[in-house]
This record gives sequence, structure tokens and C-alpha cells, in this order.
Amino acid sequence: MNFAIIWFILWGVLWTVYFVLDGFDLGAGMLQPFIARGESERHAVAASIGPFWNGNEVWLLTAGGATFAAFPTAYAVMFSSLYSALLLVLFALIARGVALELRNKEPGAAWRRAWDSAFFTGSAAAALLFGVAFGNIFSGLPLDAAGYHGSLLGLLNPYGLLTGVLFVLLFLVHGALWLAIKTAGALSSRAAVAAKGLWLALVPVAVAFLAATAYATKLYDNYLAHPALFLVPLLAVAGLLGSRLASGLKAFLCSGLTIAMVTATGIIGLFPNLLPSSLDPAYSVTIANAASSPYTLKIMTVVALCFVPVVICYQLWSYRVLRQAVDPSRPSAQDEAY
Amino acid sequence: MDVLTLSRLQFAATACFHFLFVPLTLGLSILVAIMETRFVKTGDALYLRMTKFWGKLFLINFALGVVTGITLEFQFGMNWAAFSKYVGDIFGAPLAIEATLAFFLESTFIGLWIFGWDKLSARAHAATIWVVAIASSLSAVWILLANGWMQRPVGFVLRNGRAEMVDFGALVSNIYSWAKFLHTASSAYLLGAFFVMAISAWHIARRSELEFFKRSFKIAAAFGFHAAVLTLASGAFSAIMVAKYQPTKLAAMEGVWTTRKAAPYYLLAWPAPSQERNSFQAWGVPRGLSLLAHHDPDSEVTGLKDFPRDMRPPVMATFLSFKGMVLLGMLLTLVAFLAWLVSRKDLLESNPALLRAALYCLPLPYLAIQLGWIVSEVGRQPWIVYGLLKTSDGVSKSLSTGQVLASLAGFTLYYGTLAAVDFYLLYKNARQGPSPAPQGA
Repeated sequence: MNFAIIWFILWGVLWTVYFVLDGFDLGAGMLQPFIARGESERHAVAASIGPFWNGNEVWLLTAGGATFAAFPTAYAVMFSSLYSALLLVLFALIARGVALELRNKEPGAAWRRAWDSAFFTGSAAAALLFGVAFGNIFSGLPLDAAGYHGSLLGLLNPYGLLTGVLFVLLFLVHGALWLAIKTAGALSSRAAVAAKGLWLALVPVAVAFLAATAYATKLYDNYLAHPALFLVPLLAVAGLLGSRLASGLKAFLCSGLTIAMVTATGIIGLFPNLLPSSLDPAYSVTIANAASSPYTLKIMTVVALCFVPVVICYQLWSYRVLRQAVDPSRPSAQDEAY
Repeated sequence: MDVLTLSRLQFAATACFHFLFVPLTLGLSILVAIMETRFVKTGDALYLRMTKFWGKLFLINFALGVVTGITLEFQFGMNWAAFSKYVGDIFGAPLAIEATLAFFLESTFIGLWIFGWDKLSARAHAATIWVVAIASSLSAVWILLANGWMQRPVGFVLRNGRAEMVDFGALVSNIYSWAKFLHTASSAYLLGAFFVMAISAWHIARRSELEFFKRSFKIAAAFGFHAAVLTLASGAFSAIMVAKYQPTKLAAMEGVWTTRKAAPYYLLAWPAPSQERNSFQAWGVPRGLSLLAHHDPDSEVTGLKDFPRDMRPPVMATFLSFKGMVLLGMLLTLVAFLAWLVSRKDLLESNPALLRAALYCLPLPYLAIQLGWIVSEVGRQPWIVYGLLKTSDGVSKSLSTGQVLASLAGFTLYYGTLAAVDFYLLYKNARQGPSPAPQGA
């Protein structure tokens, strides 16, 4: 196996882990105005992801950095083509991050309300736009010899929007299941109920996505060539069922599995393309025409294999240390630092 | 304006804005870590209150540094697609490594620090802020290895129509980058020290929480004075690197037009770029520039006239920024030295002039650091990678003027608002002082 293939896999893994981890942060942000009642519950929603969102977001920075290092052409084409959409994603993520970090730095109700709307708007916009962007990547970007021919509105085609809605619902379910286990009292029970309702909305959208993918994209070609790969979308379905049938941590892990396998389904279907062209396959950005030199990829592989496992260990450790659920009825010592 | 100009403006604006917050993160994280360590060692509750007060200011600043950093990770691809394609093989690696080695540590352990007060032992908790501090400086290492490569590209060959990495060791051991790291990090530590000294001075002058702020001041002054000395030394070393590897930048920094041996250092000068000479220069120190630039009083210093006009950086901006930075650096070192002396002798309350100086100096390290980046980046022009790729050849080709104009306007408005909110929070919390000590403690 050559290094370009290894890096295609790692590229997929980085995006997948990012969506699984930030998925529940973004989901919690979208849910906050609907299921939290009163300041102490709104605070609890923010505090439940407070220690983790930043570390989760670094998976995005690493995915971006790895795209740059391993597939510079893909990095250049992806971000300059999707310029305006990406700008909106950045603005949304900045709003979400600042809202979480600054909401508790002032006591006023208006202050906190304002940051909570930024928290909601940023989370919802980022979730939707990530889905729209990946939907368009799955179905192909209008690329030819002269470059990119799309526009911001052109991204809002039916398949792009469908993927956007799919991401929003996946993250909502994931976020609701997170809040069910990481908060306590009435808030936790309300989150568990919300997860069940949102799951009912997710199922038809997920089915529609799997069906539309057959028409709007060439993703299934790889699966028809290697039917064993169908295991991946099947695992997504299993995760979806598990997130409804199980409860507590297991349900949350199942929704994480769903997000991971949906992302993986798309990325496996792309191979060997990173950014397929919808105009002419000759202009697709592939691992062959976008990869860095074997030397660079080898260095990056060593770095990834040495350090990513360490990162996973200490991130898991931080989840363990801070495993206690946030109880809205009990203000805790940590609020002092805020 | 065209896409190139707008993209340059946008990169300058977003990078400069990001770097309003980063230096304080670098400097203040170490000071907070020192305070918490003293609390663990002595059990003195005053150190704990110091950790929490300065820690809160640290977090208000840290938030903006983190979120504005996301922009920078993606902006190379957004506005500088041609650059990204051409040098990504070697330039992308330090960026990806920075995220993997430093950002993960920083972001995970800051979460543990904020939320782990009652979950971790006192020692382990103090260790988490040290991890944050070390990871912050580690991230500076990797981003400056990337920037240093743009200043002095090494370890690559031109192959397949791009710059491909052939020697990772050369990238990592690039002496230019390390000079830059030392200078950037030490100036950031100096800024952190002035931040603590300025706010402490204000409170000491009002006799509020006297012991609290005298102790804070003393720690910051000792740290700041050492950082200042390191800033000057690494600055002098950086100038040698510039002289060796970027002759056009050095000539613009010093206003040297004609190549000559045993060049004097003019304490006063004013360039006249249109006439290719200095309209005024005086107080020349014989052989001073040759000595500073090459450690040899007889060495030759290259003048700007040896290069065609379109290969020279904008002279006035580079020259004035450099001279301004150096003057501020000297002034801040002097103030830091006096502050260190006076606080060691416990004479702070009886030196209102020094307290005022410490307070009014607060904007100066910010200004000096911004000027330093102007020297570094404007002085590199017309190159985006020195000697290898012109800035005008690095810009994205698929962008329209309207797109970049809109994004630049968006960033300006958005960042402007964030800056105002953050400044308000810092100002308010700094004035308010620490929360009162718990009764009976």
C-alpha cells in the first residue's frame, strides 16, 4: 500500500473523528434554546461541553492541516473554491467558540441571552454548512481546466441541502443523547425524550439520503465493485437502530457510530477522488494528482502514528476525569473560574 | 483594488488581529502557572487567589486567540491557493504537526484546568496549566518553523512543478526560524509581564489589595526583565540572520542604499526612496552596522541599489517599523529593569512615577510586536517565499474582487466587534480586582 492511500484513509479518519466529536457539541448548541429552561439549565448545556469543545475542534484544524500537508492541491482547490461557504463556517465556529467562553464572564441576563443566541446560530450554521459542503463534494464540484465554476447559491442544490439537513439531524440526535448522559435532573430526561423524537425525523432523511446518493453521486460505484464495503453503510444503519433501542452511554456511542459510518460511507465512495469534478472526471482532484511527495507523506505518517495515539489517550483521560454529569440544580466550584 | 491587494490586506488584518491575543496567551500562561505552583508549594491562599484572578483574565484573552486561529489554518487555501499548491509539500507539514503536537495538548488541558479544580489533586491541577503554557510555546515553535521557511527556504528541491521536501531535518533545524522563535516567544513573555505589571501598578497606586498586587508585580517584573534581555539578545541575533539570508530586508530596515564595507550605523536617518538615498543621516557609529549585521567591523553590507526596484520591499514601512520596534524594545527593557529593582527592594508604593510608567507602558509591547511582524512580512516583499515565489504569483486565481471585498469587510466588522467585547471584559475585570478573600481563610 502506498503512502497516498494511507493518507487518504487518515484524511477520512480525521474528518470522521471531527464530525463524531464536534457533532455532539454542535447538537447541544442547536438544542439549548429548545430544551433548557431557565439560566441554570442553559448554563448546564454549555458547561456539559465546556471542557471538550475546544479539543474536539482541533480535530478540524488537524484535518485541515493534514489536507494541506498530504494533499496540497486538494487543500488549495477545496478552500479557494468553497471560499464563501467556508468563510461562513469560520464565522459560525468563531461565534460558537466565543459564546461558550464568554457567556459566563458576566452575570447579566441580557449578556447571557445574547451569547446563547450566538451559540445556537453558530452551531446550527456550522452543522448545516458542513453537510452542504460535503454533499457537494460527494456529488462533485464544477471543476475544469480553468478552475472552479460554482457559486455560493449553486451549493444549495437539492442533494447538498439534503446532506445539510442530514448532518443537522445526526448532530441533533447525537447532542440530545450527550445531554441525556452529561446533565442531570429534568434537563437530562427532556434530552432523552428529544432524542427519541428527533430520531423519528432522522430516519426518513437518512433513507432519502441513501437513495438520493444513488442518483446524485457516483459514490456507490466503489461498493458495487467491492460489495464487502457495503458493511460500512450497514453499520451506519445498525448505529441508527442502536441509538434508538439502547439508552444512556450505549445509545450515545451508537449515534457516534452512525455519524462515523455515514461520513466513512461518503469518503469510501469518493476514493480515489478527493474532490470529484462534476464536469469532467479528467479534472477531478485525486490522490494521484494532489498528493505530496512520498518523502513528505512518510514523515507525516511517522508523526501521525507516534502522536495521534497519544492524543487519543489524553483526550479519553480528560473525558474520564470530567465524567460527572452537570447538575443544573447544583452550582459547582468550577463556575468560579468563569 | 484587485484580488491580490485585498487578499494581502485580509491576511495582514486577520494575522495581526490574531496576534493581539497570542502573545498574552504565551506570556500569561507561564505567569499563572508560576503562581499556581507557588500555591501548591507554600499552601498560601493568596497565591490561589492570584491564580484565579489572573487566570480569568487569561481565559478572556485565550478565547479570542483560539477562535481567530481557525481562520489562519484555512486562509492559505482560501486566498493563497497557488502558494499552497506550490509549497504545500513542505510548508503544510509544520502546520499539520503544530495541530497534532500542540493544539491538542493546549485545548484538552485548558479544559481540564478550567473544569478540574475539584476533580484533580492540587499538584495535578497545577501541572495542567504548565502543559497549556508549554503547548502554547510549542505551537509557536512549529508555526515559526513554517514562517521561517518562507523567510529562508531550505530542505527542498524544485520538482514536478513545485517545491518538494527532501530534508525534514533542515526544515526543523532552520537557524532563521529558531532565531525568530526566540525573539517572538521572549517578546510575548515580555508582553505578558507588562500586562500583569500594568494592572498591578494601577491597583498598588490605589492601595487596593496591596499585598496581592505587590506580589503579582514582583513575579511579573522578574519574569519581564529576563524576557526583555532575551528579547534584545534574540533580536540582535535575528538581525544577523536577516543580514545573512535576506539582504534586501536588512537594507530596507537600516536605510542602506549603496553597498559598502565597514558600514557605519546611523543613529538618526530618514530614507527618501524616490531619490534612492537618505534625505538625512547623522550620528554615525563607525563600522557599527557592519559589526551588528555580520559580527565583523570590516564586512560588506549590501545596499538596496544592488537590486532592481521591483525586487525591493517597501522601504519606508520596513524602515519605520523596524526603528519603532527597536526604540520601544529599549524603552521597555529599561522600564522592566527598574521595575525589577524597585519591586525586589519592596519600594513599589513609594515610587508613584514607576507605577505610572508601568501602567502607561501597557500598549507599547503590543505595538512593538505588531511592528515586528510588519518588518518581517512587509520586509520580505515582493516575495511570499523569499527568493522562490513572488507574492503576486501565490494568490488564488478562482476568486473575484467582490468575494474578497465582502470577506474583508466581514472580517473587519466581525473582528472589530469581538475586539470591543473582549477589551471591555478585560478592562472591567482588571479594574474590579480579585474577588474578596473567603471569610476565615
